[in-house]
Amino acid sequence: MKDFNVQNIMETIEMIKVHHLDIRTVTLALSLRDCASEDIKTTGRKIYDKITKTAGSLAKYAEDLENEFSIPIINKRIAVTPISLVAESCTNPDYVYLAQILDKAASEIGIDFIGGYSALVEKGCTNGDKKFIESIPEALASTKRVCSSLNLATSKAGINMVGVLKTANVIKKAAELTADADGIGAAKFVCFCNSVTDNPFMAGAYCGINEPEAALNVGVSGPGVVRWAIENMPKTADLGEVANTIKKTAFKITTTGELIGRRLAKRLDVPFGVIDLSLAPTPAEGDSVAGIFEAMGLEAAGAHGTTAALAMLNDAVKKGGIMASSYVGGLSGAFIPVSEDAGMIKAARQGVLTIDKLEAMTSVCSVGLDMIAIPGDTPSETIAGIIADEMAIGMINKKTTAVRIIPVPNKTVGEEAEFGGLLGTAPIMPVNRLDSSVFVNRAGRIPAPLHSLNN
Amino acid sequence: MSEDKIIITISGKDKVGIVAHIANTLAEFKVNIEDIKQTIMQDYFVMMMLCSIKNADKTFKEIKDGIVNSGKEIDMEVWVQRKEIFDNMHSV
Repeated sequence: MKDFNVQNIMETIEMIKVHHLDIRTVTLALSLRDCASEDIKTTGRKIYDKITKTAGSLAKYAEDLENEFSIPIINKRIAVTPISLVAESCTNPDYVYLAQILDKAASEIGIDFIGGYSALVEKGCTNGDKKFIESIPEALASTKRVCSSLNLATSKAGINMVGVLKTANVIKKAAELTADADGIGAAKFVCFCNSVTDNPFMAGAYCGINEPEAALNVGVSGPGVVRWAIENMPKTADLGEVANTIKKTAFKITTTGELIGRRLAKRLDVPFGVIDLSLAPTPAEGDSVAGIFEAMGLEAAGAHGTTAALAMLNDAVKKGGIMASSYVGGLSGAFIPVSEDAGMIKAARQGVLTIDKLEAMTSVCSVGLDMIAIPGDTPSETIAGIIADEMAIGMINKKTTAVRIIPVPNKTVGEEAEFGGLLGTAPIMPVNRLDSSVFVNRAGRIPAPLHSLNN
Repeated sequence: MSEDKIIITISGKDKVGIVAHIANTLAEFKVNIEDIKQTIMQDYFVMMMLCSIKNADKTFKEIKDGIVNSGKEIDMEVWVQRKEIFDNMHSV
């Protein structure tokens, strides 16, 4: 048989066994719009019943597929309609109660994370949104699997600066309430510019109001495979050849995600949603986006040239991946979470990778300042400044950007935060000590930019 | 149907009776061997088998566990995967 090819089989097994090819996440997006009611307990009961009924077999089916194809599926997740919308019509909106319901349902069906404790406030807050945002720190501190997100800006609405400052306070409080775990509450929260409605990755996954009843979205991984492919090239190979190798590798990685996604969607009897063409690292040695930069010829992540290397990597992954799937969506960009990437951790420890360089890198790739630990005594106004900068990059460049930053309580530069598991270890990075408080306290919105005269 | 096809990859130190031992297990599970390729790489024996599980009466998991355990008995590492993963990955 022509397709029984020894070399292909060996390559696939080596990619999985040695170079950490895996499916990072299978995320069931589930609409909770039909769970709204006037009573919070009724809404809670409907939510719990719907999740456990629709997604009850998600973990089991995913494990079956792992076994049949011998490819690990690292996380099984659910993304729901933003809870701020589902609960707003309750006369007694106890949002934290719903967070606990989500956590209980997630634990009951054995999934890793549930996202959608979210609100979309880029243009301003409703009365419900205001109460919801205040509830986020407690919701994160009193649950294990719930992830929360806020959309603070879009290219069409501008940046909600009132929301930015509120968010900075939420991040500080979420970290303080979980001080005994290095502020892990803040690691389960992310704020966005131009958030996407079909993203399978946490902490920012939610099921957008334009999404169907349910859909299965997949996020692939595989930085280790890309690094390996580049390392096998001669050092003299030109960048066109390197980009081509990345494209071919991304194609192979994506086909696997597409196959698993379609099989799982069929077994769950829901439509297949999208594949998210992202390179998601894990703290495992070798499974690192920073490792790809090194293979390309940079001494470490953070060296001059890193932004260019990342731009090329990000674009080549999309070009290769897009051929492998009918539906591509989500964030689709290389991730650069500091604490989740062994190479980034090393560079941050050495002080060669700074928050400023990371900010520059986010202008050419998803998804923003991700999993960055900063000193616990950083003022909220400074965090708001960091968020505003990142939102501005997304707004002007019409792309998604995000901030997931952890002001680690009682720790400072030179120390490290330990989050465990996929969230990894974060050396605390210094932030600029200049004062941003007057600017971020001005309130109002930064108006949406002109969408013509693009220079 | 390609859904019925599996690829079994067996690797380990070369010794007498590997093919016989694995083939015997496959016969017990009514797994049909359609093609075999094998090679020796630096004293390591590597064999790939294209098989059909169409007539097997056990579940995929039971068959896989059976073959993997059979490999363990003779110190061989065994991978059992549905063939589609290779078909998808290596063709445009």
